[in-house]
Amino acid sequence: MSEAKKPVLEVRNLSVTLPKGADREFAVEKVNFTVNPGEIVCLVGESGSGKSVIAFTVMGLLAKALKPSAGEILLQGENILAASETRLRELRCTRMSMIFQEPMTALNPVMPCGEQIDEVLNTHTKLDAAQRKAKIIAILERVKLPEPERIYASYPHQLSGGQRQRIMIAMALVLDPVLLIADEPTTALDVTTQAEILKLIAELQEGQGTGVLFITHDFGVVAEIAHRVAVLRWGELVEMGPTEQILSRPVEGYTKMLISSVPSIHPQHRGVRKEGITVLRTEKLGKVYSGKSFFQKSRVVKAAVDVDLDIRKGETLGIVGESGSGKSTVARCIARLIDPTDGKVFLGDTEIATMPAGKLRPHRRKVQIVFQDPYRSMNPRITVGEFIIEGPMNFGLKREEAMARARKLMETVRLDPNALDRFPHQFSGGQRQRICIARALAMEPELLIADEAVSALDVSVQKQVLELLDEIRQRLNLAVLFITHDLRVAAQICDYVAVMSKGRVVEYGSAEQVFGAPRDDYTKALFAAAPGRHWEFGKFATA
Amino acid sequence: MLDFIARRLVAIIPVLTVVAVLVFLMLRLTPGDPAAVIAGDNATSDQINDIREKLGLNEPIWTQFAIWIGDILQGNFGESFFFKKTVAELIAQRIEPTLALTICTLIFAVAISVPIGVMAAYRQGSIFDRIVMAFAVLGFSVPGFVIGYCLIYVFAIELGWLPVQGYVRIGVNFWQFLERMVLPSLTLSVGFIALISRITRASVLEVLNEDYIRTARAKGLSNRVVLMRHALRNAAVPILTVIGLGIAILMGGAVVTESVFGLPGLGRLTVEAVLSRDFPTIQTVILMFSVVYVVINLLVDISYTIFDPRIRY
Amino acid sequence: MTVATEDLVDSASIAAASTKRKSLWLVALRNPFVIIGGSILLVMLAIAALAPFLGTIDPTRIDPASRNKKPGTEITMRLDDGKTVKRVAIMGTDSLGRDVYSRVIYGTRVSLAVGVAVAAIAVAIGTVIGLISGYVRWLDGIIMRIMDGLMAIPGILLAIAMVSIWRAGLITVIFAIVVPDVPRVVRLVRSIVLTVREEPYVEGAISVGTPTWVLMFRHILPNTIAPLIVQGTFLAAAAILVEAALSFLGIGIPPEIPSWGNIMAEGRTLFRVFPHNIFYPAIFLAFTVLAINIMGDGLRDTLDPKMSKKV
Repeated sequence: MSEAKKPVLEVRNLSVTLPKGADREFAVEKVNFTVNPGEIVCLVGESGSGKSVIAFTVMGLLAKALKPSAGEILLQGENILAASETRLRELRCTRMSMIFQEPMTALNPVMPCGEQIDEVLNTHTKLDAAQRKAKIIAILERVKLPEPERIYASYPHQLSGGQRQRIMIAMALVLDPVLLIADEPTTALDVTTQAEILKLIAELQEGQGTGVLFITHDFGVVAEIAHRVAVLRWGELVEMGPTEQILSRPVEGYTKMLISSVPSIHPQHRGVRKEGITVLRTEKLGKVYSGKSFFQKSRVVKAAVDVDLDIRKGETLGIVGESGSGKSTVARCIARLIDPTDGKVFLGDTEIATMPAGKLRPHRRKVQIVFQDPYRSMNPRITVGEFIIEGPMNFGLKREEAMARARKLMETVRLDPNALDRFPHQFSGGQRQRICIARALAMEPELLIADEAVSALDVSVQKQVLELLDEIRQRLNLAVLFITHDLRVAAQICDYVAVMSKGRVVEYGSAEQVFGAPRDDYTKALFAAAPGRHWEFGKFATA
Repeated sequence: MLDFIARRLVAIIPVLTVVAVLVFLMLRLTPGDPAAVIAGDNATSDQINDIREKLGLNEPIWTQFAIWIGDILQGNFGESFFFKKTVAELIAQRIEPTLALTICTLIFAVAISVPIGVMAAYRQGSIFDRIVMAFAVLGFSVPGFVIGYCLIYVFAIELGWLPVQGYVRIGVNFWQFLERMVLPSLTLSVGFIALISRITRASVLEVLNEDYIRTARAKGLSNRVVLMRHALRNAAVPILTVIGLGIAILMGGAVVTESVFGLPGLGRLTVEAVLSRDFPTIQTVILMFSVVYVVINLLVDISYTIFDPRIRY
Repeated sequence: MTVATEDLVDSASIAAASTKRKSLWLVALRNPFVIIGGSILLVMLAIAALAPFLGTIDPTRIDPASRNKKPGTEITMRLDDGKTVKRVAIMGTDSLGRDVYSRVIYGTRVSLAVGVAVAAIAVAIGTVIGLISGYVRWLDGIIMRIMDGLMAIPGILLAIAMVSIWRAGLITVIFAIVVPDVPRVVRLVRSIVLTVREEPYVEGAISVGTPTWVLMFRHILPNTIAPLIVQGTFLAAAAILVEAALSFLGIGIPPEIPSWGNIMAEGRTLFRVFPHNIFYPAIFLAFTVLAINIMGDGLRDTLDPKMSKKV
């Protein structure tokens, strides 16, 4: 076998033990795979699959509680699990490097970026200061950062998330390692930035022949970047093969289920109805945050500007946009969790944007909201039953009647009605989101707002919650306002879509029209950036 | 930067105003006649009237406040009834031991406690860590004057190495001054060391959990470099904050420590003033301690910018 | 499709987890620090309650005949009816001939009372003000400026000043220690209110039309209990120390009341010859405060792990 063909990374029979008292014995159990030079291998799995544990084991950065208990990890033939701490330090950044999920926190906030890269060279090479500086400027150029000299002297907080991730990549690749481990490196980034970073990683590894171990939960990213894919579940490797084969001809049931849970980016034909009565209408809705300070010029942030939307009974309107686009601000203004500064919100015929808090209360019932984080949406101290009946009882329903309603709603969201006396911590994330939906429905609302309500969920759970939401909308002829950053989710659930950017609605129309023939440049760029957009997931070739 | 300092200076005005109002009201809100309180139990009504006249107590309360604050702003802190001197003179006379004591303590305590705290965090769970933590709890629990007497008992009485009590001015004999500073500073620093070592340990531990520490490890840096270059500087802001806030403990502790060691400082003056119901002195000393405390914390605030570039000017 | 995995709640898994929520307090009670500190405190409480039955005599009884006796001296006491009794003063006597042992034992009452009273009053007042400050936005600025001002005066000096005006007495001393503590509680409660207000579950409660006072008592206030208990123990420990310091300086509780600080104050002048007057009360004092602090640490670790990261 020639030197070039030899795998850069071989993971053999690797098991990592969890501390006692965990829900299972092993974080990772008997996992085998290899990464060849110039190859991108994706480890894909849902939360708790052990994919990140593998990455950290390779780097020797595992938390102390986790112990590799069997197997070996060979980096160019050298067993890392047997290496001393000193040897591991020598290998890091010279032969294996890692980039992380959160570029916002992965860089030292009190050290200029250039210095942080310089540390790598200073530790691992004997270059003098001038040579190091030249090398750093060169790598900053290679990761396509503008004005490398300025970036060199900048602190992390002065850069955007995408730029910080580029710094991380520069730091990781400055010494041309043979292996790059990327742990969800684009998950925290907006979709357009994600596309750029993915492209950059692919370019750099191809140029240098670096082997890449890429950890992700996103099949879009897999389709975009991977040569080979390994599917993990509960610490075990379910299936591994070339990307094309795994995505279109998976063998294992779990893989099939996972892939077919990925929503398609092409909207279903739902038909434009426009027949229901308008439940909610906004007119030039705006929210301006102004930070007043005695000595400083007041800073004004226009979070939402001139937003005109309308939602009819039985319809789902989606607002899509990247972070900071103002989509959540609009939702929160409509729910009057924050007070809009401009424009009007009509709930039926009633204007609620400027209504004083006291008068607003009877109208609160009509608009209900489900939040993103299933773990913070429920008061941990009260039972699910109390949680659901709180609203109806606020509006005068008797306890027994409210409880009866809660039992019924638990069935509606497909949970066991006998679980009403349980506490939130006893439920999984998906179950909690169902409970939150039940609670919203208990108010018999006219409009249900889902603010990134499925974004924190694993893809298979996400699919179930989405199906549930759509079914409820149909059955109760409910108006739904669906806020999401995920284009695939929007394509599947929305009748109408409003695309927001920098506080404004840049495109607004039926889902089919917006996804099928976007007119606005920003919308086009957004869709073009969606990873794996050419791939239709779940359409398996019959074996 | 100047703009930042100006803003911070403006921000302390309301705080100082509140302090001034509180100190002013403290006496005016006494149950009964403040003049009678000041005059003491054996005063004749003539004496009380005299005091009332002198303090302007017959004026409306806001006029009184205006006069009082006006005097203070002009550096006129009034006259001590008991010591028969102006309060300004009194304070000038008594300030040296207190300054010497607090500065010695501050330097000594910070020099000891920060390294201890860092080491304890670095070796979390080790015997060293446990000893430091045990010492810290103990330091919080034993009153300063007890520590003082223990030290006197061992080093001054039993061993005879150091003088028991008293003070020699720094200009008179530096060596004797130093000799007499050792035990008081040690006494006062115990609580301070406990506080700072604990907060240092906690801050460093928190920073060691941050993502950028993981990044630093992934770069192949040695543990020592990770600790010194990445962890410590990020932990500096909370440590500094607590040192600044801890000055209050130092000032309070000075009152007790000076009494134990017979140092003729401001703390001792406060106690004497209280015992002799010398209100102008009490008010001025408290006001002064508060101003110093606020100003020190302002300096701490400004110094954050050296350690953390994210804090905007 | 594979909806089944997520669908109906698995009853078995619920049963296993069902006790988790309420057992936080039990976890706290199993913490070794809480056990050690709590046990010492219970002993101290028992001493305070049973003071008359622990071989003590009247702690204020002055006996000029047996002044300044070293610990372990046998002294002859003349009772009111003229009889004499022999008694060993295990901790000696002070310069007025009072029995130090009896004074120390009775002093437990004063110290514990001060600790408990200060913590309870400061927490109660601070919680009310903190809730108002966190919830009534227009009052927040004013309240917090006043609190900043109070915090700017070093606590013990503020207490000294207040005692000097209101004349020394147990109530005055307690009040004087409470005042500087209040801003600390206010800040804690306010910060919790402000954080919890932003939680989605509070916003959710608002959107189902929950009235403000229900919001406060049902969703916000319970979050303050654990941190306040922790804070309260530390306040109690500090209060006992401050009371001792004030009394020691001669500006605390009236000297005839047997408090540990007073015993030590009395012992100051003759310290070189009779150090026991300071050391015995000091040991009791340090033990009590240490016990409270240890318990506080244990409570904080178990009840309030977020805060334990901070200090």
